[in-house]
Amino acid sequence: MFQKILAWLDERMGLTTIYHTVLDRKVPKVNWFFTLGSASLFLFLIQGITGIMLTVYYVPSPDHAYDSIQYIMNEVSFGWLIRGIHHWSASLMVLVVFLHMLRTFFYAAYKYPREFTWVTGVLLLLLTLGMGFTGYLLPWNQKAYWATTVGTSIAGAVPLIGPFINQVLRGGTELSAVTLARFFSVHIWWLPAAIAAIIGTHLYMVIRLGISAVPDKED
Amino acid sequence: MPGYQHMSRRDFVQVVTAFLGTIMGAVIGLPAIGYLLSPALKGQKSDAWIPLGPLDNYPPDVPTPFSFTRSQVNGWEKTVNSYGGFIVRNGDEVLALSNICTHLSCRVVWKTEQALYICPCHDAAFFKDGTVASGPPPHPLEAYETKVEEGVLYVRFVEG
Ligand code: HEM
Ligand code: FES
Repeated sequence: MFQKILAWLDERMGLTTIYHTVLDRKVPKVNWFFTLGSASLFLFLIQGITGIMLTVYYVPSPDHAYDSIQYIMNEVSFGWLIRGIHHWSASLMVLVVFLHMLRTFFYAAYKYPREFTWVTGVLLLLLTLGMGFTGYLLPWNQKAYWATTVGTSIAGAVPLIGPFINQVLRGGTELSAVTLARFFSVHIWWLPAAIAAIIGTHLYMVIRLGISAVPDKED
Repeated sequence: MPGYQHMSRRDFVQVVTAFLGTIMGAVIGLPAIGYLLSPALKGQKSDAWIPLGPLDNYPPDVPTPFSFTRSQVNGWEKTVNSYGGFIVRNGDEVLALSNICTHLSCRVVWKTEQALYICPCHDAAFFKDGTVASGPPPHPLEAYETKVEEGVLYVRFVEG
């Protein structure tokens, strides 16, 4: 029965073709460092799932942000687990994405024809850091508030346009409800959408060009 | 070796991946169900007698509106809900009808000219004693349990 439905869908959607193209690729003999990209992808998915779960109870308003997180941690079943996974995977994702970049750098995988893969990768790293920056404010506790005060002030140190950037980030001259709301929006909509789209491009390049081999003495 | 089944490297990886994937899915999936349902499963019970002032404030025969509020902690916020209805006195009998329409929970109002409670949502009408006059409601308006102590009228608020 299940087999039949699958065959029916396959005939129309070309599932096996997709499967073979995406997963049955020819790869050179590589090592564990080549799993860091997949690990980044896995962490991005984990963050997406746990993040969606958190928005069920989190409220992005100064009146309720802190209390809603207390509620998640102390009252909702497994709230501590969902938030814990999101919290720790956030740091882990920055680390893993960075290590993945180091691996492609040290194996010289950024060379022709993979320069554009590298460019999309740089964008992914920056956007991942943006996720960390915007997410850090959301608990609206002392650490969050002052870290964002400092972070936005650093942006403000840019010559000439600094004060303007600072105000755009804060949505005003000081941190306020407006800051929290825009950070939330950027954290749950703008950045994840951009990251998802660029991961698509990144992986398209990886599948199209294939994985580069470990360089040998000749290279 | 007779009967020895050779398992290819590919099959082995497939089985291990499926196994680990199922475990990971369950570790996140099962708590996720609890996480999403938990506020719904926490029953909030309450049972209290609410004073509505001296019985003499409620004239005989005309349904007179009453209202009271109850506060409840929902998640990260204290919510104040209001409740109300009509006191209908008939001799010694005191009837405290809820104003919640038994159709789909809109609030009914007493219309003196028609001598009916009218629901604005789907045109239901109830008689003074709460029984259905016309419209879709399946049964009469609910009544609160009442008592009078030292001339003060109380209704019993039960929830959960
Ligand atoms: C959200 C972040 C990222 C995800 C999900 C991701 C995902 C992946 C995956 C699954 C691969 C396949 C090969 C492997 O795993 O090593 C890959 C390859 C590659 N990535 Fe990333 N990546 C990310 C960030 C980056 C960054 C920050 C850079 C560098 C600035 C980068 C540069 C590359 C390059 C050059 C390749 C091709 C490697 C080769 O062909 O040998 N990626 N990426
Ligand atoms: S809710 Fe009162 S008539 Fe439908």
